[in-house]
Amino acid sequence: MTIPLIQFIDVNKSFGASSVLKGLNLSIYKGEITAVIGKSGTGKSVLLKHIIGLVSQDSGQILIEGESLSQLSVTDRNSFYKRLSYMFQDNALFDFMSIYDNIALPLVENSKFSKHQVKAKVLERMEQLGLIGIEGKFPAQLSGGMRKRVALARALIIDPKIVLFDEPTTGLDPIRKKKVHSMIQEYQKKFEFTAVIVSHDIPEIFNVAQRIALLDGGSIKFEGSKKDILDSHSKILNAFITGEDF
Amino acid sequence: MRIKFIENFGEAILNLVKSFGRIILFFLAGMMHIFILPVQFAKIVDQTWFIGSKSIFVIVLTGLFTGMVLGLQGYYSLVKVGSEAALGSAVALTLICELGPVFTAIMVTARAGSSMAAEIGVMRISEQIDALKTMHINPVRFLFSPRIIAAVISFPLLTALFDVVGIIGGFISGSIMLGINQYVYMDTVVHSIQVHDINGGFYKSFAFALVTTTICCYRGYYTHLYSGFGARGVSLSTTNAVVQSCISVFVFDYIITYFLV
Repeated sequence: MTIPLIQFIDVNKSFGASSVLKGLNLSIYKGEITAVIGKSGTGKSVLLKHIIGLVSQDSGQILIEGESLSQLSVTDRNSFYKRLSYMFQDNALFDFMSIYDNIALPLVENSKFSKHQVKAKVLERMEQLGLIGIEGKFPAQLSGGMRKRVALARALIIDPKIVLFDEPTTGLDPIRKKKVHSMIQEYQKKFEFTAVIVSHDIPEIFNVAQRIALLDGGSIKFEGSKKDILDSHSKILNAFITGEDF
Repeated sequence: MRIKFIENFGEAILNLVKSFGRIILFFLAGMMHIFILPVQFAKIVDQTWFIGSKSIFVIVLTGLFTGMVLGLQGYYSLVKVGSEAALGSAVALTLICELGPVFTAIMVTARAGSSMAAEIGVMRISEQIDALKTMHINPVRFLFSPRIIAAVISFPLLTALFDVVGIIGGFISGSIMLGINQYVYMDTVVHSIQVHDINGGFYKSFAFALVTTTICCYRGYYTHLYSGFGARGVSLSTTNAVVQSCISVFVFDYIITYFLV
């Protein structure tokens, strides 16, 4: 049996009196795109932030290839985090930096690449994402769709092994949504990274992800493939897909 | 009722101790990263330009008028005891020992400190600080350390500028407008100032640079803990940063003066 790349076991997380994750169990497999769907405010972003280390669980375990993340040595934990990239819901681009500097930042700060190597890599990514010609502009000067692509370029610049997407298509029109989804699929195939996408794009996300998990009430209520969804008689899942209250 | 009061009081004390611990750790982390290579040269130059060069106009303007007021007030006070010849000395010593460092710190806090708190605060609420963490970039090193160095470079230089312009301001009102002999004014300035006085002023400006930069960056960095999220949170952080920095300047001024005199 394949060991999941990332596994949540009975994870609980509260913020003050508000309990967000309640005994959450989830498996994320290497080389797959896993989509996490669910109502707004159910803790999907919190789940992603656990993976990247921005938030720690109150109880339960997060396993990385079978080993507990909290029990890894600092070096191993850091080397795991260095394989990760995160695309924020609101992009989190640095508004005082040009687009070029935004994309180049992870390389400039953390790699030993020369200036020329950084430039070549950034321009390559920008070309791949159709961003050539806006290097000197600032995030505020771009449209929402462009900013998403810049955020995607920044997330992919370090050639990550795992990419976490927090609602990558929020605020985009259907055409751009489709483009971002195809871009994620295309790059996932090309670079073979593992992806976790938090999304509300039903049913489009079913064509992007190999595995879908429904988060509701602080725990995963359904986990499976697109086929499993179609075959499922889960009331919660069907209600969520059809947009009915449950 | 009484128990509730004691509970609230205890909680307030605990929060105060926590905040104090947090700001000390924040300061120490920022200082530590100054000495960790590579040196963030471009960011230091950028911040020195912002804190230092861009404050020159404000400092010249406030220094000039402060000196002119000191010249005017000093003249009318000294003339009553027949000591108006000591005006140069009075203006220079007041500026170098006290007003120069204090007014410079307050003006730079109002101009650059508020901007630091607001910028870092916006970065906090728009998840840019979290984004730095996800890119394995230490936010304290990236945002705070270059600002400390820039402030430590800029504050003493701006203080020196304030002092010189203030002395010229005193000369304008004392000698040009009120007729004190210009050679007497300059002579008393030159002969009354000791190296000890100049050093004292620089010690103060150095301390004010550390204190105000730490408070302003800290307030912005922890906007979400103290002031909440959103535009209101950032505006509250900025106001608190400026008010607390100014109060700290006066408190530290007293402490340093106590040890210097």
